[in-house]
Amino acid sequence: MKLPDAERVCDELLKELKAVLGPKSAMIGIYTGGAWLAERLHARLGMATPLGLMDIAFYRDDYHARGLHHDPKRTKIPFDINGREILLVDDVLYTGRTVRAAMNELFDYGRPASITLVVLADRGGRQLPICAQHCGARVEVPEGMRLRLKRDDAGRLALVLEAERAA
Amino acid sequence: MQRNPQLNANGELQHLLSTEGLPREILMQILDTAESFVGVTEREVRKVPLLRGKSVFNLFFESSTRTRTTFEIAAKRLSADVINLNIALSSQSKGESLLDTVANLSAMQADIFVVRHNSAGAPFLIARHVKPHEHVVNAGDGRHAHPTQGLLDLFTIRHYKKDFGKLTVAIVGDILHSRVARSLIHGLTTLGAPEVRVIAPQTLLPAGVEALGVRVFHDMRAGLKDCDVVVMLRLQNERMRGALLPSAQEFNKHYGLTGDKLELARSDAIVMHPGPMNRGVEIDSTVADGPHSVILPQVTFGIAVRMAVMSIVAGN
Repeated sequence: MKLPDAERVCDELLKELKAVLGPKSAMIGIYTGGAWLAERLHARLGMATPLGLMDIAFYRDDYHARGLHHDPKRTKIPFDINGREILLVDDVLYTGRTVRAAMNELFDYGRPASITLVVLADRGGRQLPICAQHCGARVEVPEGMRLRLKRDDAGRLALVLEAERAA
Repeated sequence: MQRNPQLNANGELQHLLSTEGLPREILMQILDTAESFVGVTEREVRKVPLLRGKSVFNLFFESSTRTRTTFEIAAKRLSADVINLNIALSSQSKGESLLDTVANLSAMQADIFVVRHNSAGAPFLIARHVKPHEHVVNAGDGRHAHPTQGLLDLFTIRHYKKDFGKLTVAIVGDILHSRVARSLIHGLTTLGAPEVRVIAPQTLLPAGVEALGVRVFHDMRAGLKDCDVVVMLRLQNERMRGALLPSAQEFNKHYGLTGDKLELARSDAIVMHPGPMNRGVEIDSTVADGPHSVILPQVTFGIAVRMAVMSIVAGN
């Protein structure tokens, strides 16, 4: 099965986003894949507001079943989000639970004017009423597989399929 | 071999009872998680929903204001409900046994017991008898252990010194009565600090302290030489039985941290103290309030470390 070229999808997303950027726009990426994508988009768009990075570990809805995952990163939002138009960036949109957790965390930092979701790939399978306003590609993923973004040493992005880890 | 009573069958942290015997990976997990919680405590809403609907029972069989308060703040910032029980004043004085007290509280649907007791081992006893979904965090048991203090000391050292691999750390004063010293020593040796020193008069050192992997100094000036970290301990008058010291003044003269003694340590050394301080006894005000002191940041980090510990055990 052929996966879309992440680098090309990224270029298309850039074109889309250029058209919607405004003076109040700011970008936040969700660790880990979403942060890589956001770093790329943020730099290429030349945004003035510094990039925010978010680890949603403390807002996950499966904490009681799975506990805290190891290696949490520290959420860093180096600007006041009140009144901002937030571009929330993740690599793969699936159940929508990560995005819900991210929105809950965001509101503990203030009240943004709006949140727009940007994803590299949408694999369907939503369990919550969430959709991406900017979606680079739609990908069908076989059962038992996981779609992930990878970044190599040269900083190149690629989509890969992996066997899903046992819960 | 008997399983480490703090770990579950998957090797994850089920209870936090002591830093002794905790693997390096778990210590690092706690410190890394605490690092993320420091971010939470700096923002506008200083609360996350992790322990929403859970109950944390603060069981203090020995009085304490500071430690109890920091556990309470940590639990509230995790959105838990906190119930403070000052047992010293209630059931125990009516003759109820420790395990009966815990069984009763368990029937009130506790999720985490934070236990301080003047008998070493009390939290271990409780941990052996709680239900699988209940967790015990030791907040200080006798002279034995005070793991969250040890962990917040480790967190503070890592915050300022980044890496344990080259550090010389001196722990000074009443080692004999100090559960803080023991918890810190175990943590430092597990994380690879190459030189841990204890500086104290013979009467305030436990027998066989060298077996913990420390170098013993009786002369403070020799012991402080080239240290990166100086940890001062409180002179525990209330635990002192018999005359271990001629007087507090005498102690200050030989083992109190003064500005001129501190000059023997490295120029970028940090000075720590678990509190409460006896100014003019183990530490002079010029040092406690001076540029090397990180005593107040320790308190702030302590909240993030306790948030990390409670959220890790409650999830396992």
